[in-house]
Amino acid sequence: MKKVSSASAPLDEARLRQQAIGAKLRQIFDDVINEPVPDEFLEILRAADNARAEPEP
Amino acid sequence: MTADAARGDREANPARDALFKTGLVALIPHLRAFARTLTGDATAADDLAQDAMMKAWDARASFEMGTNMKAWTFMILRNQFYSEKRRSWRQSQLDQEAAERTLVAIDDPAAPVALDELRLGLAMLPSEQREALVLVGAGGFAYEEAAEICNCAVGTVKSRVSRARRALQAILDRGDYDRDGAAAGEAMGSILAQAERLSSAR
Repeated sequence: MKKVSSASAPLDEARLRQQAIGAKLRQIFDDVINEPVPDEFLEILRAADNARAEPEP
Repeated sequence: MTADAARGDREANPARDALFKTGLVALIPHLRAFARTLTGDATAADDLAQDAMMKAWDARASFEMGTNMKAWTFMILRNQFYSEKRRSWRQSQLDQEAAERTLVAIDDPAAPVALDELRLGLAMLPSEQREALVLVGAGGFAYEEAAEICNCAVGTVKSRVSRARRALQAILDRGDYDRDGAAAGEAMGSILAQAERLSSAR
C-alpha cells in the first residue's frame, strides 16, 4: 500500500500542477474576453455595414 | 439560408447580413483574446482582431450559416497573423517588447506573480505550440476544430498541445522568467530568436 502511494504521489503532483496551469491559462484568456470591447470595433463594423446598406448613388 | 449563400456573393441579403453581424459582434471579445495570446501585445492584438473582423465581414457571403462561426473567424485571424508575420519581422520584435514589459510587471511586488509568470512562459513557446494549447486549453475548441483552424492534422495538434504543456511546466520549474531583469531579458531574447529560427526553418 505504501509503495503504491509513494509511486503515485509524483504523478498526482504533476497532474495537479498541470491543472493549475490550465486554470491560469483559461483565466488569462477569460480576462481579455471580459474586458469591455473598445468602441472602435463596433464603429468600423457599423461604417462597413452602412456603406453596404447605402451604396454610392 | 444555404440556398441564398449558394446563389453567390453579389446578391445583397440584408436579413442574412444582420444575422451574420450579430454573430460577429458576439465573437469580438474572443477574437481579441486569441489575438492577445498570439501577439502578446494588447495594441497589436486589437489591430489584428480588427483586421480579422473586417476580413470576416467582407467574406460573409462565403460563410455557411449554421456552421461554427467562432472556428471560422479564428481561422481568419490566425491566417492574418501569419501573413503579417511573413511580411515583416515585426513580430519577433513585439514578442521581445512584450516579454520585457512582462518582466517589468514581475518586478512589481504587488503584481499577481503566478499569472505573469504563465504569460511570460506562454510568450516563450514556439507559436505553433502556443496557439494549439490556447485553442484547446482556453478557447474551448475540440482537437478536431483546432486542427481545422491551424490547417494541420488532429494528431499534430495533440502532440503540439502535449509538448506545450511539458515545455510550459519546464519553463516554470526552471524559472527562466527570473526576477533578475537584465539576465532574464537576454535569455528571453535568445530563446525567442531560437523559436523564430525553428518556426521559419519549417
